Amino acid sequence: MKMREKYIQSNLDQLEAESIHIIREVAAEFENPVMLYSIGKDSSVMLRLAQKAFHPGKIPFPLLHVDTGMKFNEMYAFRDKLARQIGTRLIVYRNEEAISRGINPFSHGTQKCCSFLKTQALVDSIKKHGFDAAFGGARRDEERSRAKERVFSFRDENGVWDPKNQRPELWSIYNTRIDKGQSIRVFPLSNWTELDVWVYILREKIPVVPLYFAKKREMIVRDGQLIPIEGPIPLKKGETPQKVLCRFRTLGCYPCTGAVLSSAASIEHIIEEMINVRTSERATRIIDHDSDGSMETKKREGYF
Amino acid sequence: MKSDIHQFISCDAAKDLLYFVTAGSVDDGKSTLIGRLLHDSKMIYEDHLKSVKNASLKAGSATGEIDMSFFTDGLKAEREQGITIDVAYRYFTTAKRKFIIIDCPGHEQYTRNMATGASNANLSLILIDAQKGMSVQSRRHAFICSLLGIPHMVVVINKMDKIGYSQKTYERIRGEFENFAAKLSVPDLHFIPVSALKGDNVVEKSPMMKWFKGTPLLEYLENVYVASDRNLVDLRFPVQYVIKDDDNHRYYAGRIASGVIRKGDSVKIMSSGRTTRISRISLHEKELKYAFAGQSVGFGTEDEVDISSGDVIVHPNNLPAEARCFEAIIISLSESPIDGGTQYRLKNYARTAKAVISRIHYRIDVNTLRRKNCKSLSLNEIGRATITSSKPLFHDSYARNRKTGAFILIDPVSNDTVACGMIIERGASSKKIAGISCFKEDRISGRTPTRSLVPEDERERIFKQKGCTVWLTGLLSSGKREIACELEKLLVESGHPCVLLDGGRMRRGVDMELDFSKQDVTEHVRRAAEMAKIINECGIICICSFVSPERAIREQARKIVGDDKFIEVFADASPEWCAMNDATGLYKKAQGGELGTLAGVSSKYERPSCPDITLFPEINSASKSAKKLFDYMINRKYLHFSITETILILKRRGLSPAGKS
Repeated sequence: MKMREKYIQSNLDQLEAESIHIIREVAAEFENPVMLYSIGKDSSVMLRLAQKAFHPGKIPFPLLHVDTGMKFNEMYAFRDKLARQIGTRLIVYRNEEAISRGINPFSHGTQKCCSFLKTQALVDSIKKHGFDAAFGGARRDEERSRAKERVFSFRDENGVWDPKNQRPELWSIYNTRIDKGQSIRVFPLSNWTELDVWVYILREKIPVVPLYFAKKREMIVRDGQLIPIEGPIPLKKGETPQKVLCRFRTLGCYPCTGAVLSSAASIEHIIEEMINVRTSERATRIIDHDSDGSMETKKREGYF
Repeated sequence: MKSDIHQFISCDAAKDLLYFVTAGSVDDGKSTLIGRLLHDSKMIYEDHLKSVKNASLKAGSATGEIDMSFFTDGLKAEREQGITIDVAYRYFTTAKRKFIIIDCPGHEQYTRNMATGASNANLSLILIDAQKGMSVQSRRHAFICSLLGIPHMVVVINKMDKIGYSQKTYERIRGEFENFAAKLSVPDLHFIPVSALKGDNVVEKSPMMKWFKGTPLLEYLENVYVASDRNLVDLRFPVQYVIKDDDNHRYYAGRIASGVIRKGDSVKIMSSGRTTRISRISLHEKELKYAFAGQSVGFGTEDEVDISSGDVIVHPNNLPAEARCFEAIIISLSESPIDGGTQYRLKNYARTAKAVISRIHYRIDVNTLRRKNCKSLSLNEIGRATITSSKPLFHDSYARNRKTGAFILIDPVSNDTVACGMIIERGASSKKIAGISCFKEDRISGRTPTRSLVPEDERERIFKQKGCTVWLTGLLSSGKREIACELEKLLVESGHPCVLLDGGRMRRGVDMELDFSKQDVTEHVRRAAEMAKIINECGIICICSFVSPERAIREQARKIVGDDKFIEVFADASPEWCAMNDATGLYKKAQGGELGTLAGVSSKYERPSCPDITLFPEINSASKSAKKLFDYMINRKYLHFSITETILILKRRGLSPAGKS
């Protein structure tokens, strides 16, 4: 019988085991952790990993959605359905003050909009609830400053990341010590690639928002990006909405999330597209390109 | 089409994962090499390429040539200074394998970041510039990679195009490196001559170096066998988290550090020492018959036994070392020096404990591998040290088990990770220290205390005394020590051998890893009592001066020493008087709220309910109190004198033989 035992872990199994170890470590070491849930594919994978990590028990921490009020309707519908099913508390936090002041990317610019509605909202919600650890679904292959970040990433009292002075992180022994008011951002998917995420979604039959699948959608072309007509978007001169067969490779706020031309209507087709794709996933995220090193700047201020 | 994609997915899923670490600076051609690996395996996206092109132009690349380091140097500061500061992770896949490139800085000042990167790698890639030959930097990189136990090392001799693809030069550098590597522990060493710029021997075999019979770099990376690097022999399952289901069944979850565990296995729980059987193993929803190193699983047991996080599950016939004291190679990662003065928090694969560095044996000069004497380790320095922890740690040597032989040290004030350590096989000296607080039956079995050839009553006759313990309790600075010293003087001068134990003496060595928490104070007192017991058994008097604030602690000490040999002495002084006499400054701190554990001020002092004798330091001088004690000992026949001696002594001291007790 021993002869037939195999001790080989596939790359996906290795990644899964690593992520689960990270998630359990947080539950074991922190008083009040929270899992950031952004409704996207990475969050969905992370949530599934959390379910697995504590099976047959319940996930011992709540989920937190930092809402800008500018997500796609399909995302809200997906989130609310999920919240009814998972049996874990979902906290929705919005920077109501900034929202009521009408902050938006069109009149205030993307940098300011992100800073108020995402970064500040995130830092405030962590403070308000006294969370000492917050999981995020960011991956190192997404962007070059994320490629530099530790799995357990220390943030000071203001949520600030100091990339030049990160804690050494050896083996899988994670330093989880912090003082009151400080927190740790934890990235269980650090070593996953975009392709890994899709292969895992297929393998585990994880539901995702339909926006990822190709469909004819009402779009405009702006600055070389395909922008959806999802909410009230002020049209510039010469911009006319048109029906385009496209899908979203990554999901954010609708005014700042571009679609890609695609006919991939199933996970298998998405994976196939992935193999041949020549542009990066975040190429359609307008906020990544508003200045050189803009992700690093946002992260320093407390963005995920 | 759909079946194609399914075939791709199943092939892709079956691939294994190779973590390899590269180190070096831009000059060695590290970035060019990584850039070429990524580029040739089509892992560079067009938009990334475009932004790198822009950045290269901005940085003043006159020729418009792309600076490949811009791919991996993800931080602004790195791009501005043109150096790698911290580790970057890059991902690429070939038809055979998935790769994670851990790209590390090469500069000495960022050694700690290199250690971070090297700790998880299966393979290290050392770059040597063929024009320059072996550099100080390549030696250092090789040394660090071998220290961190990376099993495979490939030395890439780059820029072969610049030296006319000379085999002679390649062989010379190779010979030099092999000589150096003989001093390291590298199980698998491989050499490849390449030109990253021209692409020779990177992906394709070079037509310019027909003399080289080996495979190009990528082919080597795709085929190097790493599955046997894991330890599948010694089961070490650290319990990370306890899961309860709706019916309150307990599951113990963790990632198997090494070995294989099977359903039905008889296992031992390290810390309690109890054994039980594995009733089930589950990988989330799936039930398994067995699980192995690297898997994150959960298990249940047949019996209701006490298992909690921090415990380690092992096979009863294959135990890890269990010790509080061990030797390790330490890399200092901290701006402030690592030395014996600080109490750190040690974290390993299973648990966290308090720890101190009891000794730094030597420092290793990274460039020459020579040993140098030192007392502390500064940032990036590497040395051998003895560590003592407050709890026993279950470990193996790092050479045998990379998972269970590793640990980090955390500064309790700054919370920084200040050092990492790799445990070496224990030496004989460490066992001695580790044994002091051995308490459990199984560890002393077969070791009966040595029986003296001189019986106790014979000793009593020769030493003219009964071996007993004078236990002085009272608040800090209540005058205990002064009384103890005076009593010691009286005893020694009258020919009575005695030993004085107090906090200062104990904490200097025996108790060096303990602090002032309640738990540690209990242990501190227990050790003192155990020592007093041994001293008494030799017929020698032991004077113990300890605050010992709780009745229960003192009762335990009495029990250890023996009721008939234990004299409890209470130095009864008011906290105000003690604070006035205090030279330690602790009263001020406690009153200011800085110290939460000072008996009588910020924590409780339980007055003895019926001490054998009570002294009043506020009223009587230390020598007067000592005399009272001395008298008491004579009256209770702990001290024997001939009648003439007695009278002589007492007369000299101006006391009458019939003192009150």
